[in-house]
Amino acid sequence: MTSMNRKPLLSLENLKVYYYTDEGVVKAVDSVSFNMDRGETVGLVGESGSGKSTLGLSILRLIPPPGKIVGGKVFFDGIDLTALSEDEMRKVRGKRIGMVFQDPMTSLNPLMKVGDHIVETIVSHEGVPREKAVERACSLLEDVGILPERFNDYPHQLSGGMRQRIMIALALCLKPDLVIADEPTSALDVIVQYQILELMRKLKQVYGMGLILITHDVSIVAEVADRIAIMYAGQLVEYSDVNSFFNSPLHPYSEALLESIPNIQLSDQKLKYIPGIPPSLINPPKGCRFHVRCPYAEHRCGEVEPQTVEFERGRFVKCFRYVE
Amino acid sequence: MSLRVYVARRILLAIPMILILLTIVFLVMRVAGDPVSAILGAHAPKEQIDKMREKLGLNDPLYIQFLGYLWKVLSLDLGRSLIWGQRPVLEEIMEHFPATLELSISAFLFGVVVGILTGIFSACRYGKLIDHFFRVYGIITYAIFIPWLGISLQLIFGVYLGWLPTSGRIDPLMAPKTITGLYVLDSLLTFNIPSLVSAIRHLILPTVTLGFYLSGIFTRLTRAHMLNVLQRDYIVAARARGLSERKVVYKHALKNAFIPILTMMGLQFAALLAGAILTETTFSWPGMGTFLTERILYRDFTTVQGTIVFFAFLVVLVSLIVDIIYVYIDPRIRY
Ligand SMILES: Nc1ncnc2c1ncn2[C@@H]1O[C@H](COP(=O)(O)OP(=O)(O)OP(=O)(O)O)[C@@H](O)[C@H]1O
Ligand SMILES: [Mg+2]
Repeated sequence: MTSMNRKPLLSLENLKVYYYTDEGVVKAVDSVSFNMDRGETVGLVGESGSGKSTLGLSILRLIPPPGKIVGGKVFFDGIDLTALSEDEMRKVRGKRIGMVFQDPMTSLNPLMKVGDHIVETIVSHEGVPREKAVERACSLLEDVGILPERFNDYPHQLSGGMRQRIMIALALCLKPDLVIADEPTSALDVIVQYQILELMRKLKQVYGMGLILITHDVSIVAEVADRIAIMYAGQLVEYSDVNSFFNSPLHPYSEALLESIPNIQLSDQKLKYIPGIPPSLINPPKGCRFHVRCPYAEHRCGEVEPQTVEFERGRFVKCFRYVE
Repeated sequence: MSLRVYVARRILLAIPMILILLTIVFLVMRVAGDPVSAILGAHAPKEQIDKMREKLGLNDPLYIQFLGYLWKVLSLDLGRSLIWGQRPVLEEIMEHFPATLELSISAFLFGVVVGILTGIFSACRYGKLIDHFFRVYGIITYAIFIPWLGISLQLIFGVYLGWLPTSGRIDPLMAPKTITGLYVLDSLLTFNIPSLVSAIRHLILPTVTLGFYLSGIFTRLTRAHMLNVLQRDYIVAARARGLSERKVVYKHALKNAFIPILTMMGLQFAALLAGAILTETTFSWPGMGTFLTERILYRDFTTVQGTIVFFAFLVVLVSLIVDIIYVYIDPRIRY
């Protein structure tokens, strides 16, 4: 890696994204910070409602109302995205940061040929003639394992797996530096899930982009990611490289998460689950948000919020057990 | 099933519908009185009345009259008018229809364009002041009484300001050479600028009156469907690809919201015809509305029946056209 690329590809600093609902302010992302380097894959894990999608969308500044980025910064390749004008931001979307969504069945315009989605994206960013864009779209379709003849198909003529391949092609068509994939396989059946993950792994080698893979499935992260980020109730509780994480998770929540992975070899072992329910993001518990469900909770955990500390180089954890 | 089979089936299904409608009109007209006393007046001598009734075939038993008429209609003959020159009904309809068609097309375009634009505008500024304004607009226009609006516009723009004519289709002796019967189109085709100007000036107030009335439902419908579509995943995905907001709204969202709007266009066609009749009367527009009102007063049975059949046929035709347009907009629809 050259020294020019030393600065991180993406760097979040105390990012806060709140939804101003009638019931109250939902603090969906509350002071999240992390860095990721070029070409890295970060697995972003957390239970449902922990704010993963919100975090992903806020990087592209696509939070729907009543949501809002209320604080913090998003540095992408050294530029603070939160300070860009809407017009400048639009040039980043699709071109420098691509996005793959969870549900391929609903993420394509049903009235538009799948190929035209790609062509439209290329043309609107690069202004190349349509024929050129069509050519590129066809070769891209091949890259993601779709016959170019399918260019003229409408979304409803393709299977879920094929549509997700199209979504991946769309995310990659302008060779972005970063792709955010929000649960790209959760809506697919197991075999197709595997194929899509394989495809993403292969494409990462070809295109070399950074990848944020949002998932609630830790085992997927173990397979494809370099780093893992654990989200709990709108906050990042652990951020670590994958190897160290799976050898020795630091945060009690991470520990519980790993214990709850079904293990086929030990079929008579009882599956552990995390007791209690995920906390409300409108009135999160005082102190550490996990303390009500935490087996190691002490008095101070319910009183003050622990700071994030760097436990080892590149391993961050937000828990009093690692504070001297 | 191919589109052609579908169209044929729809037409066949429409025939009994039109026949039922025809029967109702036939009976209602006869309950309401008869053309002879309407033409000759209530105090005409009895033998004159009888002679005329005989001549018009009104002395035959009702079912004979009905079957005879039915047979004619089924053989595509709408018969002759009962009054005045006793001209063929179809000929008279064709004489008046272009005026109505011209007004309907321009009012429909006005209403739909205004409705869709205000609807989009409203949806894109959801919850803002302008959104509330257009929501109220959507309700008011729908409840408005056409003659009242027409007369108000006549007073303001015709009488006080004197900007626009308040009645008729064109200034006297300005009518362009008849090609289609639509004055604006005919003036254009014959490069007749003075006629064009006159025709357009006459068209403005009736168009606004009828168009305003029609626009409200499209405002509400467009707003509702745009709000729905703008939340769909593919809209977020389109934004995430860095498409401009204009492309997202007008290309992706509007096209998807357009299918229910199109349905409403088809459904509103009947309202358009009804509204056109009221508008024509208000603006002395020499179209089907004026014509029909007059013939109803004279109990011109055949003409009124013929006109109703003609209208029913138009409604069927329009809903068929809408069905066919669906196929071109939505690749998922197959018949
Ligand atoms: N449009 C919205 N309006 C109000 N609240 C929202 C909105 N979108 C998300 N939230 C709230 O923000 C919180 C985080 O939601 P988010 O979708 O980011 O979670 P997630 O981790 O992606 O969950 P999942 O695994 O179910 O996708 C949730 O409490 C959710 O209820
Ligand atoms: Mg999500």
